[in-house]
Amino acid sequence: MTVDVSKTDGPADPTPAAGPQAIKAIPVRHPGRYVSAAIALGLLGAIIYAFAQGNINWGAIPEYFFDDRIIDGVLNTLLLTVLSMVIGVVGGIVLAVMRLSKNPVTSSIAWFYIWFFRGTPVLVQLFVWFNLGLVFEYINLGPIYKDYWSVFMTPLLTALLGLGLNEAAYMAEICRAGLLSVDEGQAEAAHALGMSHSRTLRRIVIPQAMRVIVPPTGNEVINMLKTTSLVSAVQFADLFKQAQDIGQNASATVEMFFLAAAWYLIMTTLFSIGQYYLERYYARGSTRTLPPTPIQRFKAAVLPARRPKGVTV
Amino acid sequence: MTDVTQQPSGGPATQDAGSARPMVKAEGIHKSYGSVEVLKGIDLEVRTGEVFCLIGPSGSGKSTFLRCINHLEKINGGRLYVDGELVGYRQKGDKLYELKDSEVARKRRDIGMVFQRFNLFPHMTALENVIEAPVQVKGVNKGQARERAMQLLERVGLADKAGNYPTQLSGGQQQRVAIARALAMDPKLMLFDEPTSALDPELVGDVLDVMRDLAESGMTMVVVTHEMGFAREVGDSLVFMDGGVVVESGNPRDVLTNPQHERTQSFLSKVL
Repeated sequence: MTVDVSKTDGPADPTPAAGPQAIKAIPVRHPGRYVSAAIALGLLGAIIYAFAQGNINWGAIPEYFFDDRIIDGVLNTLLLTVLSMVIGVVGGIVLAVMRLSKNPVTSSIAWFYIWFFRGTPVLVQLFVWFNLGLVFEYINLGPIYKDYWSVFMTPLLTALLGLGLNEAAYMAEICRAGLLSVDEGQAEAAHALGMSHSRTLRRIVIPQAMRVIVPPTGNEVINMLKTTSLVSAVQFADLFKQAQDIGQNASATVEMFFLAAAWYLIMTTLFSIGQYYLERYYARGSTRTLPPTPIQRFKAAVLPARRPKGVTV
Repeated sequence: MTDVTQQPSGGPATQDAGSARPMVKAEGIHKSYGSVEVLKGIDLEVRTGEVFCLIGPSGSGKSTFLRCINHLEKINGGRLYVDGELVGYRQKGDKLYELKDSEVARKRRDIGMVFQRFNLFPHMTALENVIEAPVQVKGVNKGQARERAMQLLERVGLADKAGNYPTQLSGGQQQRVAIARALAMDPKLMLFDEPTSALDPELVGDVLDVMRDLAESGMTMVVVTHEMGFAREVGDSLVFMDGGVVVESGNPRDVLTNPQHERTQSFLSKVL
């Protein structure tokens, strides 16, 4: 197993007469890697064996994997994740701008909001929204809308408010860090051109802050996707609730938990891929050449002759 | 103060009967940060169409004064006028009212500023940097703004770099784009805050050439600089500041070759 390497391993093996660039040397052996790989595979096998031996009806998982109720739950979970994150991101940016505002009233309101929503568990917040009918019997928006609170507060709305408003408090801190990361000279230059405060934020500061905001936000999305499983507590038919219901009816409770876990894993994987491309988009202008996408890197490795210009691996 | 009344050679722009009225007038400007007094009573006048150079050691307050002119810094005392209008305030009777942010922004449109560290918008190409303010602030349509921007980039010698992001440009190129960006708003006054101090020596010349060209077109310019050669060749007036006060002022050729004040002499002996 001789490979071309460019590092020299000392004068142990003097093989002269080779070309100036082609050094043929025995590479350093790494026996530890084989040993550790063997141990890891062994442990994995043991775990799989243990689960396969267990009293679990594995056949139930493929049987229900694409069940209508499960697909419905997956879509509901995705919908809830996306809408809650929209509320969270928009609310977070607004709160961050409020907190950084010179106006002492708005910055205190934002501080109080973040203090409250970050300081209480999201499950408790969900229950509070669900039971707010104890405080407000009716919801009355004059001529537009009037109904009982319990009718108005559907499971979806409860879930959205509970998750979205809680998320806004976290996003506010992420956005604030992002806004603060943008060089002061940027806002100065924009102001010197006659741009108003809000336009400066929108056109100059926020687009640059996004580079700092996007990576932790991707993390928040993935967290949110999993946190949505809490809303089964307020009767929203998300993936976890559907899996639980099927599990109880078909007496395959644990099996359905595994099924749900697999679906969550699939969804978080897809989100991670999306995040990669989003980060790449907001890196425009911050690096001279964008890093290659995995597809470009794959092409470059497989088809070296057709490597596109400007892409370094 | 020896007076040079000659206007820079035949400029068509900004010559609207305003030669009597100074473009910038400062009366006893004071500015402090907390207990540190940075400007201790600055009086000076910048006439329309002239190139006005501010020199002095670092910490002398020259950049701070420049930033007061477009109200990036608030003054604590005195009166500052640009084109006859008070900066940052409105006077009614003997009372001063602070201007709203939107009013301050409106006035800044007419004052271009070039920064030491360029401050180009890194998420936009050179062309996008130049059209941003005309489109967003003045509401110029994009096609027209783009056409004008290309002319300006041509003028600073960077038409072929229009599609490049700032990180893909050298410091000197970035600074020339920044000058084009400021010119795109058709300012009546240009402020330069040490425009060549962050540049490699061999890139300074290109930027100074653009500024010289601008001066010849009749633009009113206030330039904080360490480039004594530029001040001597292009400047119409020069002020030497130290410790927050104007120490000496006059024709740059006179002040630089024959400084009267002892502090000016010692400063110039170090930099020339």
